[in-house]
Amino acid sequence: MAGKRASAARATHAPVARPDPRTSPATRAAQLDRLVHDRTRLAIVSALAVNESLSFTELRATTGTTDGNLSVHARKLEEAGYITCTKGYDGRLPKTEFTLTDGGRRALQKYLDHMEAIIRHARPARR
Amino acid sequence: MPVHNLKPGVSLNERAIESLEFIRTTMARSAPFTAVPGRGGMAMGAVAIVAAALGAREQDDWRWVAVWLSAAVVAVPLGLLAMRWKARRYGIALWSAAGRRFAQGFVPAVVAGAILSAALALTGRFDLVPATWLLLYGAGVLAGSTASVPVLAWLGAAFMALGVAALLTGTGWRDLWLGAGFGGLQIAFGIIIARKHGG
Repeated sequence: MAGKRASAARATHAPVARPDPRTSPATRAAQLDRLVHDRTRLAIVSALAVNESLSFTELRATTGTTDGNLSVHARKLEEAGYITCTKGYDGRLPKTEFTLTDGGRRALQKYLDHMEAIIRHARPARR
Repeated sequence: MPVHNLKPGVSLNERAIESLEFIRTTMARSAPFTAVPGRGGMAMGAVAIVAAALGAREQDDWRWVAVWLSAAVVAVPLGLLAMRWKARRYGIALWSAAGRRFAQGFVPAVVAGAILSAALALTGRFDLVPATWLLLYGAGVLAGSTASVPVLAWLGAAFMALGVAALLTGTGWRDLWLGAGFGGLQIAFGIIIARKHGG
């Protein structure tokens, strides 16, 4: 558990390299952050990027997924240090809040850069 | 499906465009509506304070309604202009998914308030008009707050509390409650919104 937390912390603070524009699209695709690329996880990270925090219920509504599916994907992102999960109570009801970490924000930015690089590469050069 | 494992005929470029579109729509769907104007709310509040002072002098109910309607004619465009100014300044799309959700929460209650007010005035029940305005404006703000900044929920609840107070007290108090709500609350929350959320 401690090892997992340590690796999560490293992932949070690890610098995210920008894609090299000279790299071919196939190589660039292989470099994609698979963790963020999954549609449900991409939806979680994108939704958290524009909100300070979101509850489990709000994230479920945004991603349109089931409780179990959301839990599995959120845990993967949490283990990678991309999001943090805070459990508490709203009155007597348990409440889970998710927040995007700096590492998660950088990972999303890197993913966006990758997508833009692929699109740029496919366009004919303009003079 | 991973981008590097595409079916023949589906280009990487198409998949990348689709991914960017997916991110954009997810963000638009989940982002709160932050174009609620703080300074605009303060300006609207100032108009309401003037209306409360002028309305308190009126003995005739129709003239009293005319004072508050005139204030609304001045304040509503002020609020809309301030919202547009803030949206432009901060690059917020007014008709984003969050903006539409805010409007869907806010507008029906305000329209219901206008219809009820007309019905009450035409039947001579002017005593219920202030409570109707405060309660339904508060209900609209509270409903709109689900798509906007959380502080609006408190503003809506405070308006509704003043509405209850207006319902329980006599006509002699009407301008005090309306001034406190559309004036005091709008100015106080306008300051909070301007400080916490800009504009």
